[in-house]
Amino acid sequence: MSDAAIPVSKPKGKSLLEVDTRTRKRNAAEKRFQAYGIAAISVGLLFLVALLWAIVQNGIPAFTQTFVNLEVELVEEKLDPNGNRDPADIKKVSTFGYNPLIKEALIAKTADIPTEVEEGDLTKILSASAAAIVRDYVIENPDEIGNTVTFRLLTSSRVDGYLKGRVQREDLARDKNLDAAHLDLIDVMVEAGSVERVFNWDFITGADASESRPEQAGIGVSMIGSFFMMLVVLFLALPIGVAASIYLEEFAPQNKFTDLIEVNISNLAAVPSIVFGILGLAVFIQFAHLPQSAPIVGGLTLTLMTLPTIVISTRASLKAVPPSIRDAALGVGASKMQSVFHHVLPLAMPGILTGTIIGLAQALGETAPLLLIGMVGFIASNYPDGVAAGFLDPNSAMPAQIYEWAKRADPAYYERAWGGIIVLLLFLLTMNIIAIILRRRFERRW
Amino acid sequence: MPATWIFLLLMAMATVGYFAAQARAIASAGGDGRKLHSLPSYYGVNTALAAAVPALALLAIWMVAQPIVLNGVVSADLPPEIATDSGRRSLALADVRRVADGLDLAVAEGAITAQEADNIGSDIAAVRDGLAAVGVVLGSGVDETTLQVAQRYRDLSGTGNILRLIAVLLVGFGSAAIAYRMTHRDFRARNYVETAILMVLIAAACVAILTTLGIVLSLIFNTVDFLGRYPIQDFLFGTRWEPSFSGRGGQSDLGFLPLIWGTLYISIIALLVAVPIGLFAAIYLSEYATKAVRSIAKPLLEVLAGIPTIVYGLFALLTVGPLLLEAFGSRGWLGLGWMSGGTAAMTAGLVMGIMLIPFVSSLSDDIINSVPQAMRDGSLGLGATHSETIRQVILPAALPGIVGAILLAASRAIGETMIVVLGAGAAASLSMNPFEAMTTVTAKIVSQLTGDGEFNSPETLVAFALGITLFIITLGLNVLALYIVRKYREQYE
Repeated sequence: MSDAAIPVSKPKGKSLLEVDTRTRKRNAAEKRFQAYGIAAISVGLLFLVALLWAIVQNGIPAFTQTFVNLEVELVEEKLDPNGNRDPADIKKVSTFGYNPLIKEALIAKTADIPTEVEEGDLTKILSASAAAIVRDYVIENPDEIGNTVTFRLLTSSRVDGYLKGRVQREDLARDKNLDAAHLDLIDVMVEAGSVERVFNWDFITGADASESRPEQAGIGVSMIGSFFMMLVVLFLALPIGVAASIYLEEFAPQNKFTDLIEVNISNLAAVPSIVFGILGLAVFIQFAHLPQSAPIVGGLTLTLMTLPTIVISTRASLKAVPPSIRDAALGVGASKMQSVFHHVLPLAMPGILTGTIIGLAQALGETAPLLLIGMVGFIASNYPDGVAAGFLDPNSAMPAQIYEWAKRADPAYYERAWGGIIVLLLFLLTMNIIAIILRRRFERRW
Repeated sequence: MPATWIFLLLMAMATVGYFAAQARAIASAGGDGRKLHSLPSYYGVNTALAAAVPALALLAIWMVAQPIVLNGVVSADLPPEIATDSGRRSLALADVRRVADGLDLAVAEGAITAQEADNIGSDIAAVRDGLAAVGVVLGSGVDETTLQVAQRYRDLSGTGNILRLIAVLLVGFGSAAIAYRMTHRDFRARNYVETAILMVLIAAACVAILTTLGIVLSLIFNTVDFLGRYPIQDFLFGTRWEPSFSGRGGQSDLGFLPLIWGTLYISIIALLVAVPIGLFAAIYLSEYATKAVRSIAKPLLEVLAGIPTIVYGLFALLTVGPLLLEAFGSRGWLGLGWMSGGTAAMTAGLVMGIMLIPFVSSLSDDIINSVPQAMRDGSLGLGATHSETIRQVILPAALPGIVGAILLAASRAIGETMIVVLGAGAAASLSMNPFEAMTTVTAKIVSQLTGDGEFNSPETLVAFALGITLFIITLGLNVLALYIVRKYREQYE
């Protein structure tokens, strides 16, 4: 080594304490890179907040509804001309017979209020369902004929929208259903307390309504449809999924056939849900002639869709049970089958249930397959009578009902669609919370 | 006798068999259970299974086969011009079945007596009113042949049902008797029962194969039917999608290109949103974030994956669409006039991107976490900054996995339905403008199959051809993704 090669005194670069440009650049790049990451997460969370905000903002109004308290005189000559209170006679009077009574009641109600609204147009503030409500009441209580009864009647969706801030006076300029004068009238009636906005149980428990009566529509019947579908999914997917997982995890030999099953399951997990809808349509409706729009068909289709999810999670929880448990059981003389069913399966049960609940939640929110098997376009207007009818009669399901409302291109129905989403999300939230609690409480680390 | 009653009868027989066999086994051991080969309950279960399973299998096969056989028999009674044309034959048979079922229902409901139903003869108007009374509405007028054939159908199915009852009960009783006679203290009942249980487990595992088979067969059969009615080259290479449902039959243009264009365009927009955000989020969460941040931000991002797609669809239609229109519409504040309606490729793509963020981020997160710590330490030890380590060491190492994750996300995007049905519009166009309405394969499957279409026109059958292309594309992407992940994963293990 020669001395000349080593520079002794003067260092070539600057001081270590002083950051050079290249280091500064690299540090800046480091900062930028971190900032990108933070930005990405913030954007993602921002989207989440925007989504939830849109849902809450638009959906909450669906849970309240505007009603008019109206004292209707049930005139005997019109409703029961024979005067004998015979239910058959009373039923002969159609809703058209009730309209004049309601109109009279409204005229009496607004008599003291100066308004430009023609007497004949007053009923426009009421829902088209008003006459039917009064009629149903009279058929139930024929003895009330001749009395004056106070009814709580739905207002039309536009009046409701006005009180919720959805409908503005300017919007009504081209609207032949309601004038600004009606709204002035409503303002006075709100002051007087005869028009009020209250919590709307009918939205949660009620049935779907026709396209022109959004104020009457509710999600209750489609909730029942979803419930029956989930029953089918639970009672088919859980046993089949668990049995398949037990076979694959505990008994299956290493061969081509087992490989085939495994490949199939992993591929089915990735098949788009709409393809399961095509399958349901072709197999259950086209081939097996099961009734269209029936929850049982929806349930069967969703079962096939949920199976891979349940199989995958069940296998994971079976795998988590340590082999020593099996060995101990076999060691005291149990057969392989007994060791699995008496020891491994009970220990894996919490994990299996968690996976099943998550699979059910996924199935509950699924819409696309239901469109193909005819669970939309159907107005679910009645509760099914009985369990068999619940499975076999045409019905809707919550997500299909929401889609149906979204398609009706009416702001009042949009509001209901958002409200329906809140209901749906509450169900999903509950199921997920139950799953998390199950996992927290029963999960065992071996 | 209806199938439910046969089922209940078999169940009763199985229960009786269970206790009888158990008693017999204990008796054969002289009352000492220890001398038995298996636990007493196994002898019972063995007999119960013997009573129920073969008989139920026969019942199921019979229920599927009987209508098929009957259809074949009664189509011989139809006029030859109907019987030879497959479309008209199936319509006529459906009518026959409806009349026959309606009559049976009317008898069951008590609207008419069984004798009246058998003797209706040619009184067609009476049939119609009688059926309407129990809620069976006939589409077209019932002609005399239909009625006659329907009566014959009822006749035959009545005979079939009696035969079914006898055969099923005989089989059930016979096999139960054999199992009962075999019951003895040296009989290895547990082995038999366990074999039966194993069979059940195998059958359950085969449901997955059957499902795939069902998907493939239903798609292929209907697609072949479609291609018989519509030329394949027009479908695959046609640039116009204009189906007509209104009796102008044969006028439809069912070109596939605009649909796949829309699908790919929207998916690419979605990936352009989801991949950068998801990837950077994953990098930050796995490399920089403190434990506290990670434990909050990761589950929150994953909430996005748990929200049903109908919610995203509504969000696109009612929130994002109008918002974009306000910015890019003809009267928007950017004054660009690119957008004419709220539903557009951009709307659907953007919202779909949001949906895919957690998908990309959690998959990438797992993959980045699985890169060995030694590689980070090596790079940091050589003086690289943290971000240089990530860009030059970790990302290249994780690349195959990340590509796999992106491919999986792409397959999700292509198969996604509700967002595009609600957010992308309905017009099929081969446009480059992302603010124009476009439509996708999935959206068109929905629109062609919704409603009461019979499966005999190219306009409905095309949905199956679209389905098969969708199935092939998504399956191909998944297989490719898994292949890439598997092939490169082992390098670091």
